[in-house]
Amino acid sequence: MQQSPDISNTLMKKRFRIGEFLAEKVITATAFLSFTFIVLIFVFVFRETLPLFSPPEPVATVEELGEQETYGDLVLTEAEQAAESKEKNKDHVDEGVTVENLAGDRWQPISGKPKYGLLPLIVGSLKVSLIAVLLAAPIGILAALFTAAFAPKWAKEALKPVIEILAGFPSVVIGFFALVVLATYVQDTFGLQYRLNAFVGGVAMSLAVIPLIFTISEDAISAVPKSLTEASLALGATRWQTALKVILPAATPGIFAAVLLGIGRAFGETMIVLMATGNAALTSADPFEPVRTMSATIGAEMAEVVFGETHYHILFLIGSILFLFTFTLNAVAEIFVRQRLMKKFRGD
Amino acid sequence: MTKTKRNILGAIAYSVPAFFALMIVAIVLYVMTTIVAGGWGSLTMDFLLGAPEEGMTKGGIFPAIFGTFLLVVIMSVVGVPVGTMTAIYLSEYASQRSVLARLIRFAVNTLAGVPAIVFGLFGLGFFIQFVGAGVDKALYDDGLLHWGQPNILWASLTMALLTLPVVIVAVEEAIKTVPRELREASLALGATKWQTIRKVVIPNSITGMLTGGILAVSRGAGEVAPILFTGAAYFLPHLPGGLSDQFMELGYHIYIMATQSPDVEATRGIQYATTLVLLLLTFALNFSAIFLRYRLRKRIIT
Repeated sequence: MQQSPDISNTLMKKRFRIGEFLAEKVITATAFLSFTFIVLIFVFVFRETLPLFSPPEPVATVEELGEQETYGDLVLTEAEQAAESKEKNKDHVDEGVTVENLAGDRWQPISGKPKYGLLPLIVGSLKVSLIAVLLAAPIGILAALFTAAFAPKWAKEALKPVIEILAGFPSVVIGFFALVVLATYVQDTFGLQYRLNAFVGGVAMSLAVIPLIFTISEDAISAVPKSLTEASLALGATRWQTALKVILPAATPGIFAAVLLGIGRAFGETMIVLMATGNAALTSADPFEPVRTMSATIGAEMAEVVFGETHYHILFLIGSILFLFTFTLNAVAEIFVRQRLMKKFRGD
Repeated sequence: MTKTKRNILGAIAYSVPAFFALMIVAIVLYVMTTIVAGGWGSLTMDFLLGAPEEGMTKGGIFPAIFGTFLLVVIMSVVGVPVGTMTAIYLSEYASQRSVLARLIRFAVNTLAGVPAIVFGLFGLGFFIQFVGAGVDKALYDDGLLHWGQPNILWASLTMALLTLPVVIVAVEEAIKTVPRELREASLALGATKWQTIRKVVIPNSITGMLTGGILAVSRGAGEVAPILFTGAAYFLPHLPGGLSDQFMELGYHIYIMATQSPDVEATRGIQYATTLVLLLLTFALNFSAIFLRYRLRKRIIT
């Protein structure tokens, strides 16, 4: 849409118009808001983790006493507030967090001697994401291949809205379904000890990831130039040979990006894991044991935590890790989609 | 390769992808039937228009519906104009190679990939702890919390930020369908750039803006993670009366009822019915967006 910007200027003498000028500036400034907010998200999510990295300070500064303590539905009276901050000061042997504590394999934030080991949470997130993507990738990619390469037109027209409906399922609905229906079904089938576990969470999560992987893979497959397909067919290859040996390899960068984005989505998703994984912070490789993921930990604990406490900053630290991880995945995926695809097909 | 072997391989290569495609359809149908079957019986007028009773074990979900409605309205009032203007900038004003345009595009892509829970953290750290607490300190001198605590305004603004990329992408797509000739005709008649945008581009892409708004509302109504600690409440005896009040919300209500209520089994009916309401709501919204986009695409062809 950039081809017609300045026709009016070249044909006529440019005249300064205040309305034009203002409109352009206001629109540009508004557009810049997106960037401003990305910077703000970085700054404000990371800012809350900073106290963890600085030497311990006295806890009850005036500012903190003024701001903290009332949160969520819980409105404390002043007396309670005073009592609680006194109690807090008494407890405050745990100020500051050591690296050993963070690297530990125990997540027990609410105890006399809090343990903030992130290992079980990271393992939990990885386990659920892995299960989700291992299920969603083959389903999403092959269904996309079917839609783009094999399906008759009516099947295409029917499948696309279905995928959009699946993509439109709120994650809390998928979580509810997993919690009430899927968990029981899985437990009965495999005879499991725990009803809610990483596997149930992963299966439920795959429902949220399938539309994403499908859509991006389908785009990548449809973007394979007709000339490649036709050349293959002209050489006598059958349609399925063309699909598997020509179309799929040509679309690989896009499909790879789809899988990366799927992992990122699964890693950051909160409500499904919060409802379906059992939320026990265990470090194990067994997919049928309950797990507590990073996102679920934030979701479950942030509303109960005291502002300014170590625990509060740790939750922000977990959020920062989530943010950085998904940010990196998205950036890598973007590079794959944009550059590889362009190079491959345009030869520049 | 012999012909039979090739045929068998071919049959497999066709049927496995087809099977997976069919499987997705089956999953969607199964989830929907389960929820409809579970919730249909409890879905009455009293349920939709009543308030929760007896410690949320009986009664309706009207406060949650109202809260969701209020949330998406405030969110749209803020998010749709900002998103539309960003899309106009990207497609009408910016040259594709300018640094600013690339920065903004990068920001929009990044914004789309930030996990919902991180938006929640941002809402807490920025809107509540920074802006809200700052306002409290500047305007009130009583040491009490007015704006420095979770409320519907901060939750809506957080949600507006989360849905911003949805709006931008939809509006940009719509603006792209406005033929170049229309713009050039307008400019050739002596209209200025802003006049062209206002009188030609915007009226011709109004469907897209509507689609963007609908998709954003659907997304916003379905997300729970960003409002977990920026404003949603477990139970409120009254409806939110102002921007600094907390609110009940459908998705949050489902989460709470299914995981935190004292007797989870006894309220299954309510849980199913609430889920059904939320599902029908997002379904209706998405369906109208799909329909609008379909009409838009038809315009490109003709």
